[in-house]
Amino acid sequence: MSSVPDDLKYSKEHEWVRVDGETATVGITAFAQEQLGDVVFVELPEKGARVKQHSSLGVVESVKAASDVYAPISGEVLERNVKVIESPELVNAQPYGDGWMIKVRLADKGELGALLSPADYRSHIGESAAAAGD
Amino acid sequence: MGQNPYSPHTDADRAAMLARIGIASVDELLGAVPADARGPAMGVPAGLSEAEIQVHMERLAALDRTAGAGPFFIGGPVQRRYIPAAVGVLALRGEFLTAYTPYQPEVSQGTLQAIWEYQSLMSELLAMDVVNSSMYDGSTAVAEAALMAVRLTGRKRVVVANEVFSQFRQTLATYAKGPELEIVEVPTRELAANAAGAACLIVQHPDAFGALVGVRAIADAAHAAGGLCIQVTEPHANALLDPPGALGVDIAVGEGQPLGIPLSFGGPHLGIIACRDALVRQMPGRIVGQTVDVNGTRGFVNTLQTREQHIRREKATSNICTNEAIAAITASVYLALMGPRSLRAAARIGVARAHTLADRLARLPDVQIGTGAPFFDRFALRTPLGGELRTALLADGILVGEGIGRHYTGCGDGVTIQCTELTTDDDIEALAGAVERTTARRPVAAG
Amino acid sequence: MSGRVRFETGARTEMPALEPLLFELQQPGRSGRHVRGGDEADALIPAAFKRTVPLPLPELTEPQVVRHYTHLAQLNYSVDAGMYPLGSCTMKYNPKINDRAASLPGFADIHPHQPDETVQGALRLLYELQELLAGISGMDKVTLQPAAGAHAEFTAILMFKAYHEARGDTKRRRVIVPDSAHGTNPASAAMCGFDVTTVKSDARGNVDLDALKAALGDDVVGFMLTNPNTLGLFEERVREVCAAVHAAGGLVYGDGANMNALLGVARPGDLGFDCVHINVHKTFSTPHGAGGPGAGPLCVKSHLEPFLPVPRVIKDGTGAYRRETAAEHPKSIGRVRSFIGNFGVLVRAYTYIRTLGEEGLVETGRDAILAANYLLALVREGYDVAYERSPMHEFVLTAAKQKRQGANGLDIAKALIDEGFHPPTVYFPLIVPEALMIEPTETEPKETLDAFADALLRIAKRIETDPKSVHDAPVKAPLRRLDEVAAARKPVLRYRPS
Repeated sequence: MSSVPDDLKYSKEHEWVRVDGETATVGITAFAQEQLGDVVFVELPEKGARVKQHSSLGVVESVKAASDVYAPISGEVLERNVKVIESPELVNAQPYGDGWMIKVRLADKGELGALLSPADYRSHIGESAAAAGD
Repeated sequence: MGQNPYSPHTDADRAAMLARIGIASVDELLGAVPADARGPAMGVPAGLSEAEIQVHMERLAALDRTAGAGPFFIGGPVQRRYIPAAVGVLALRGEFLTAYTPYQPEVSQGTLQAIWEYQSLMSELLAMDVVNSSMYDGSTAVAEAALMAVRLTGRKRVVVANEVFSQFRQTLATYAKGPELEIVEVPTRELAANAAGAACLIVQHPDAFGALVGVRAIADAAHAAGGLCIQVTEPHANALLDPPGALGVDIAVGEGQPLGIPLSFGGPHLGIIACRDALVRQMPGRIVGQTVDVNGTRGFVNTLQTREQHIRREKATSNICTNEAIAAITASVYLALMGPRSLRAAARIGVARAHTLADRLARLPDVQIGTGAPFFDRFALRTPLGGELRTALLADGILVGEGIGRHYTGCGDGVTIQCTELTTDDDIEALAGAVERTTARRPVAAG
Repeated sequence: MSGRVRFETGARTEMPALEPLLFELQQPGRSGRHVRGGDEADALIPAAFKRTVPLPLPELTEPQVVRHYTHLAQLNYSVDAGMYPLGSCTMKYNPKINDRAASLPGFADIHPHQPDETVQGALRLLYELQELLAGISGMDKVTLQPAAGAHAEFTAILMFKAYHEARGDTKRRRVIVPDSAHGTNPASAAMCGFDVTTVKSDARGNVDLDALKAALGDDVVGFMLTNPNTLGLFEERVREVCAAVHAAGGLVYGDGANMNALLGVARPGDLGFDCVHINVHKTFSTPHGAGGPGAGPLCVKSHLEPFLPVPRVIKDGTGAYRRETAAEHPKSIGRVRSFIGNFGVLVRAYTYIRTLGEEGLVETGRDAILAANYLLALVREGYDVAYERSPMHEFVLTAAKQKRQGANGLDIAKALIDEGFHPPTVYFPLIVPEALMIEPTETEPKETLDAFADALLRIAKRIETDPKSVHDAPVKAPLRRLDEVAAARKPVLRYRPS
């Protein structure tokens, strides 16, 4: 079973959010990187860009798949993780740590309410895993 | 049965196969085919033996005047050049020719290394960072480069010089219809002034009439306006002229046929597309990369495949799948055989012959050569006959390029004359003499 | 005889390699004498334009080049060497007479800018090929311009756009494709500026007609359908599918990738399609050239003729052949490439069609279907079939059972290499888990089909008893499995001197 830390919020599209005051850090979940396999490329928005909840903010790619990363929350990009662009394998190794993707200044904290709790996300990927396993 | 000479099945084989399936006839497998559509007549004549088809094809081919049969000055994107004897022997070996796309790299290293070497050789020639493993031809390379620029800049205006090969511009115009791009055609000298709001400026150097063009200033103008510069180039010119990578060009494209590939009435040829490293994620088509196998032995694989249609589908950078791989391998064999010396020599001879011929023709009355700008190995020849000169010369068995007036706006009328290392002194004399007779026959118009 | 050496003497190879690079074999100062002279040109090129950067192309002698490419060739698997059962690729034998025909000087040494009167043989061949393909496909008119199947798709969808616009119908923005479609279909639609809607397949492997009807509307440009589809199955309700699309005002594109199965069996033009392309590098035996060239003639019904690309070859009243002008064809979408087509490929296709004749083509389609069904009957002892129906010219297995046992579709593909065969297409179509898509073609003899089936069954047995044993495959190929992840993470796309 993939790791689902208790201190994060999750989206159905398998992104996680760590909220710290007005700032949110965003990445993809351990489950997502397992589904994708070895990540070879990460494309992220520039600092200052605006991301919108449920819209694509970037792309993660393995050798044989490309997957959009959807913004779990809206806001202005304060920082993008340059290390993960240079070393995409961080997404596999530490999806909740050095494999984070962007930090965002939250535009609307109310949007957080639409995200999944760790427990809800666990049952969500339980369903997803069942669906994927023929 | 026994109608297909390449079918191995005897009647006994077929009977055994049907028995194993558990049916009496192939018809039992066609239940899903609407009954009234089954077994249609196709109107194909009865088959021929190999000897019969050979004779038939020889007779058809004999109806054509070959380029090598007499003085030949047609050129442009497709050029009659010397093809070393070893080129076809190597590139058309069955192991290359009858392989599919290298989907299984362990048994396709011949293809993959040859293509990777093609990418490397072409990168050196053009002084560009990345070359893909081929596009259909020069014209679709131009169109795909423009689409790349549109994606990279988010702009839909493409400015292209009038002096880009007409077939390239026409293909670009077709490709622009889907995404509804605005294509603006201007003379080369006005490209820079039209950079505002353009996704790209497309310049050809040497241009369709062989004229040398100051590409750097055009690239600078494109960049200052936030756009890209695309240069249409031709392989041999780069042996002597500063290549796109030294001129600030972002995407270089061209027709690779002159690199050892037969004229073949226009195809199959080789679309070249090259770009700077930073743009590679938007490049269309296959790209081969170097890696190692589990033992650490060097090997090659198709890479950056997430750009491509089989993975990205409607979000792919292009729909291209089948490309011109064997032409890319042919070009690499050609470059390996020619090396820098013979390549330069071939380019130089074309330049020298073109200038000798131009000087000879310029001495004739009523003849105008080019525009006065320096030119490479072809030039526009304008006489009072305009584009009709080509018909007049054909009577003398001399072939010259297409009429200019029909295909290039604002460039007057006339014909283009291409020289290469295969142009002989006799050819030059024949053309000069024929032009002299042609112009002498025609009464000189007053004024 | 010393044979092949792993490290070529004198090569500056930095890592173990099967064959050094041209750049590693070269020595400055070496060269052949293929062309020489022209030194006077240096004075004719203004200094401002001269090359200022080095031209570090390798310097080699002809014997070195010959050995290099001979060695490389020997590292390839090819149809000339053995069975190549790539599903959807129709890797049949490529007759040598076709290559010889294309290399006749009257075909190889003619320039596309030559006047029509100097290329009557070539134009007649192209004209006759247009007519032959119209008859074979059941369509009315043909363009030979497209360089490949995907190029034909692009051409046709652009023609669909022109067709609708010519009727003042400008609101159509969507192209529908089945979930079993080749990736080129949605990519071609997107290049034409359209959105893509995917419809699912039903339990029998057909287009789900209800899903299609639900997706249709007055904003639909058309529907792209491969028949037989990528599962190797003939669409059981193909006429209803076409009729439903037409009822919504859309057009039906036939992806002819699997046309080999239809030769003499049925013509797309009789089934309701508005057009179909033909991959001559599949159906008509032209060699695939390690990735290309192909040729993708597009055959259309007469209502699409006004929009065909220019030029086509026409025959005038005097019996002479010529290329039509743009002025003669004002509604054309224009030119989709520089010249009239991949002529050298088309010559081969023409040679093949004339060699086989009507009866030979009929036999081809039936033998291709027979071979696929025979092979399926043999291998189903060890593998699950994706859809339980008689296939046409190819079939799709699923290695889901083997995956549960501990080895996947890729492992099976690699194990086949060790058995001496090229693997089938794997992981396509996308709707079949662990897909193995197998197309034997009509040119493999029964004993080769038997040997291939034996090999597949041996692998299945190995996986039952020792699945790990195939994880290392291939071990008999020139290279072991390659690190594609490293290749993509740090792309090395060209030689750079260290």
